[in-house]
Amino acid sequence: MEGIWTNFGVVLALLGAALATLLPGMGSAIGVGTAGQAAAGVVTEDPGQFGRVLVLQLLPGTQGIYGLLIGFITLTQIGIMGGSPDLSTAKGALYLAACLPIGFVGYKSAIYQGRTAVASIGLAARRPEQFGKAMIFPAMVETYAILALLISILSIFGIAGLPV
Amino acid sequence: MAVVPMKKVLICGLKQNRKAILDFLQCRKVLEISGDLPEDAVLQKTDVSSRKILFERNAGSARQALEVLEQYAPGEVGMLSSFAGRKPLIFEEYEAGAVDHEAVIADALRLQELANSIGESRSRIPKLEQQMEALSPWQSFDLPLDFAGTKMSAAFIGSLAEPLTAEEVTACLRTFAPEAETVDVTVVSSSREQTCLFAVCARAEADAVEEALGRMGFARAPLTSVVPAKRSEQLRAELAAEKEKIEECRRQICDMATEREKLKFAMDYNTMRAETYEVLGGLLQSRRVFFITGYVPADKAEVLKAALDERYGAFTDISDPGEDEDVPVLLHNNAFSAPVEGVIESYSLPGRGEVDPSMIVALFYYMFFGLMLSDAGYGLIIVAGSVYCLHRFKNMEENLKKSLKMFLYSGIAAMFWGVMFGSFFGDAVSVIATTFFGRPDISLKPLWFEPVNMPMKLLVFSFLLGIIHLFTGLGVRLYTCLRSGRIMDAVCDVFFWYMLVGGAILCLLTVEMLTNMMGLRFTLPAPVGTVAGVVAVGGAIGIVLTSGRSSRSWGKRLLKGLYGLYGISNYLSDILSYSRLLALGLATSVISTVLNQLGSMMGNSIPGVILFILIFVFGHSLNLAINALGAYVHTNWLQYVEFFGKFYNGGGRMFAPFGIHTKYYKVKEEI
Repeated sequence: MEGIWTNFGVVLALLGAALATLLPGMGSAIGVGTAGQAAAGVVTEDPGQFGRVLVLQLLPGTQGIYGLLIGFITLTQIGIMGGSPDLSTAKGALYLAACLPIGFVGYKSAIYQGRTAVASIGLAARRPEQFGKAMIFPAMVETYAILALLISILSIFGIAGLPV
Repeated sequence: MAVVPMKKVLICGLKQNRKAILDFLQCRKVLEISGDLPEDAVLQKTDVSSRKILFERNAGSARQALEVLEQYAPGEVGMLSSFAGRKPLIFEEYEAGAVDHEAVIADALRLQELANSIGESRSRIPKLEQQMEALSPWQSFDLPLDFAGTKMSAAFIGSLAEPLTAEEVTACLRTFAPEAETVDVTVVSSSREQTCLFAVCARAEADAVEEALGRMGFARAPLTSVVPAKRSEQLRAELAAEKEKIEECRRQICDMATEREKLKFAMDYNTMRAETYEVLGGLLQSRRVFFITGYVPADKAEVLKAALDERYGAFTDISDPGEDEDVPVLLHNNAFSAPVEGVIESYSLPGRGEVDPSMIVALFYYMFFGLMLSDAGYGLIIVAGSVYCLHRFKNMEENLKKSLKMFLYSGIAAMFWGVMFGSFFGDAVSVIATTFFGRPDISLKPLWFEPVNMPMKLLVFSFLLGIIHLFTGLGVRLYTCLRSGRIMDAVCDVFFWYMLVGGAILCLLTVEMLTNMMGLRFTLPAPVGTVAGVVAVGGAIGIVLTSGRSSRSWGKRLLKGLYGLYGISNYLSDILSYSRLLALGLATSVISTVLNQLGSMMGNSIPGVILFILIFVFGHSLNLAINALGAYVHTNWLQYVEFFGKFYNGGGRMFAPFGIHTKYYKVKEEI
């Protein structure tokens, strides 16, 4: 058990990276899944709509990618991907904290973006000419995921230079 | 940037030229017909709906026939065929093709009939199979199944739903009907599910036996008047006949696949004629003349007038549309900004008094798309793909062509930013050089800086671009206000905001903590801050005093003014919104870095090279697809929400000229 305590910083940081990948990934899976069901329904009626509804279905998928991004940057910063992981507990905790914004916001926003995408798929199915607007509604939700991503990225890059 | 000015025309022609003039207008596609003349005793509309319905029905038949062909004899479809566009024909060919068109419609009906008979045969097959299934346990039985007995005896043919022997059945009958002594049971066949049996008894005991059998769960055999084996034979023959019929119909349909082009033509021709009659029904006609009113782009008006006069001796009157008329909107732009017309169309066309924002939208569109994708390799793929499609399919539909050109320019921008940030499929150059050639010294140096190392710098740059974008939007509003002479609006709605937002930003730049945080190398001196602060406060006061200028009472005005000032929070969130430029740009480059790193995991060996190529090809295609989608959506977003929010309302109606809206062929335009 001693090993864990001497390397507790790495444990915390890896926990952060795991959360950053895990939560938004789950959220995106739910979001893309919900939107996919609606999209499949539309394509049954009108196969020509495939391209359009596919775009709308994919919109809630970005949170998972943002999560992967943060997870990966954390991994490289703490030296798990090559190099020797050696981290103070405080620094590890900072990495964990930095991963939280995209983790939580990514999770929730992907689910809600999925629901909005369902509504927009309905809109695009009935009025294909309004596709441009249909795309904006789900994208509105994503703003918050992007803001969270931004804070996570800036924090992670900032932590590296901190003398703790 | 231009909204094409429109002229109003009134065309008066002789009725004998009616068809020719309508055909002429239809294939020139310059006139949007508006039926706004009132009917009176002399000039009346003609009812042509029956003709129109006939053409529509023919078009429908041809379409259904094409669907049948598609189902049974699908034509060859290339992967990129959706780019191919419609085949061009000149109008004379169109007219000539119409000659044998009754025969084509007959073919279309024949195809539908064949498809229907296939459907009928198909639905009969399961029924026949069911009957055969039911007869199969009776194959060895040599009496017709509807045999009910002779004068003295009664026969029961049927099945019980459990496996039994003749003795067991007899024993069972004896318990239910002890008086029936003559009954004789023969088991025809027996399986786990059922026992088929033949029971004979004296006529007198028939009722008792029947009742007993009923209580045992006896089900009568399917009735046929022939011996089962023979009946099965008949059914088999019928089944074969149905299948043969389906094959035959299918063969006939395939033989008619050569008619495909003619059917397409017939469908288009009839659609076009239906469209003509639609217009014809709305025209005012007297005994000898007819009138058409509509809108024409101003530059085409004189040409149209001359052509109509010269060819058909028709009179054309050109006038300016009135102030309050609902004039349709047509955009016309140069090659650089025309591609984003589709983006503007899908938001809304410029409304009355608004300018066409294409030029500015195009400039920022390409730049933002490029910044969000920001990879030279991805940009190269997009450019190569769109150039190939544009070159290969000369005949592409106009809208598709515009979209592809939009991606072409955006791809060029992505290449530009990729070079600036030193990104070519992420860090592929240095990874390949290091892993496979042992040269860690080779890498693609960024012309400017690497965002992954200096995210703050790119963030500040994104905000700067955002401020420029928003101020440009305000500038367009200023231009629109000044153009229509609304000086007051220009000062209150634009100038004060410039003062407030611009002053506030300059003020913030004098705070050393902020400039340090943003990594700027300069801090503005304090006096600048004072001046900027005064300007900002001036702007704020101006906004508070004037935002509610539509209200009379000063109390209301001030409240509305304060609410107007609250709009500053919108500016804050708008500017912050441009951080997506950084976020999406970083996402692309970090993910491609991950992919390259994954690919190089197995080092410089043969499996290592194979792994690298696989991950490189699949990973980067996926990354490109997802990030191009992201860049597209979010570029649209920045235009629609942040930029258009500052000045653009839209609400214009698209110019929809009387033309040929067909699916397979198009008529070349000549005017």
